[in-house]
Amino acid sequence: MIKGLIAIFLASILTENYVLNKFLGICPFLGVSKKLDTATGMSVAVTVVMVIATAATWPIYTYVLQPSGLEYLQTIVFILIIAALVQMIEIILRKYIPSLYNALGIYLPLITTNCAVLGVTVLVIEKGQADASFGFVQAMVNAFGSGIGFLVAMVLFAGIRERIENNDIPKSLRGLPITLVAASLTAVSFLGFQGLVEGMLG
Amino acid sequence: MNEILNPVLLVAGIGLLAGLILAVVSIVMAVPKDEKAEAIRAMLPGANCGACGFSGCDGYAKALSSGEAKPGLCPVGGAAVTKSISEYLGCDAGETETKVAVVHCLGSYDFTSDKVNYEGIRTCAGAAIVAGGVASCQYGCMGLGDCMRACEYGAITVSNGLAVIDPKLCRGCSKCIQACPKHLIHFVPFWQQAVVLCSNCDKGADTNRICKTGCIACKKCERTCRFDAIHVVDNHAVVDTAKCTGCGECAKACPRHCIKMLADM
Repeated sequence: MIKGLIAIFLASILTENYVLNKFLGICPFLGVSKKLDTATGMSVAVTVVMVIATAATWPIYTYVLQPSGLEYLQTIVFILIIAALVQMIEIILRKYIPSLYNALGIYLPLITTNCAVLGVTVLVIEKGQADASFGFVQAMVNAFGSGIGFLVAMVLFAGIRERIENNDIPKSLRGLPITLVAASLTAVSFLGFQGLVEGMLG
Repeated sequence: MNEILNPVLLVAGIGLLAGLILAVVSIVMAVPKDEKAEAIRAMLPGANCGACGFSGCDGYAKALSSGEAKPGLCPVGGAAVTKSISEYLGCDAGETETKVAVVHCLGSYDFTSDKVNYEGIRTCAGAAIVAGGVASCQYGCMGLGDCMRACEYGAITVSNGLAVIDPKLCRGCSKCIQACPKHLIHFVPFWQQAVVLCSNCDKGADTNRICKTGCIACKKCERTCRFDAIHVVDNHAVVDTAKCTGCGECAKACPRHCIKMLADM
């Protein structure tokens, strides 16, 4: 059980990284990764939203949508719940951690429409249907791992971007182009983790 | 019927629940807003030019509400905005000095000429890089209109190779001052006074050769002025705005006609 959870956790960070492997949540990945501290703050916010959103959507799907045969409402209900959750986190952050609230700025409301968050909630349910042993606990670990994977990608990329800033880049590649090139190379490098988790724990 | 009604009710129910929770949370966790700053922000013009020295109008409004700044720093809003803000804050408005930007050059093509036929990028900044600019006077206006493009209030016109600022339209935001590569534009207080419209630092004979209206530092204005308000510095006359009474004697005396009264501009 524990071994299985660790496997899920590591896999969601390395092999199933939402940003670098599934290409979800690219907007904050490119938008907020300029500075290390904002990148970390954003990733923590995304991780918290992912975990809370999964904790809310999993029971709603399993105990409300599925029994009444309304699985097709999944997307719209999930978006509704995530939006409400993000709004709530925004209010709480403004009250208790205004510095983080100011640092995140526009990106905090943008988590509402962050496809990585919706992706996590939808994909854990898909996994749960494919594998009967994948229950609520596994879903939560997966969601947390995905958030940490997002953090890893953001922090790595913030470091890369800080290095890019100091380099002599051809004029036509300055700004977003070189960032996208670097992002694709980082994503390719993450392919190297393929099979690692199975090899370690399988 | 239920096939339609159930999902609708479900989504509506979840939405209602989420809305209620949010409403409760936002009341419980309400952060006291700085209403003072927001009210002041509404009075400011919103140009976000930064001429007050703060990061845009929001920053100035915040500084005003916390008492760190005084009203009257906003040149765009001018006296009217200062008055309304100081009334709101209940403090003394103080004397607001309205200032306008003036191009300190008269070198249109009537008086001077270009030294080269410039075919590069049509900006002053671009031309200034090439051998010190296109005008034969290296201190003078090139008339390529960087200031005109910087001005948001349409106060600057460029014609005949010279930029002219309409003092009545100028709001004193300082954008043109930053745009001019020749540093020809300076603020002068907006009242009746003399302004010397030449910035040439060459000796009189050299100036005379390239410009028919440039200041030749003859010091006639210095001798004419009864208030010790005009002096020749760096081979051109400079008005001391604190002493100038706007009598207009220097403008009449100037043999080069490069001293004008602000009211006539």
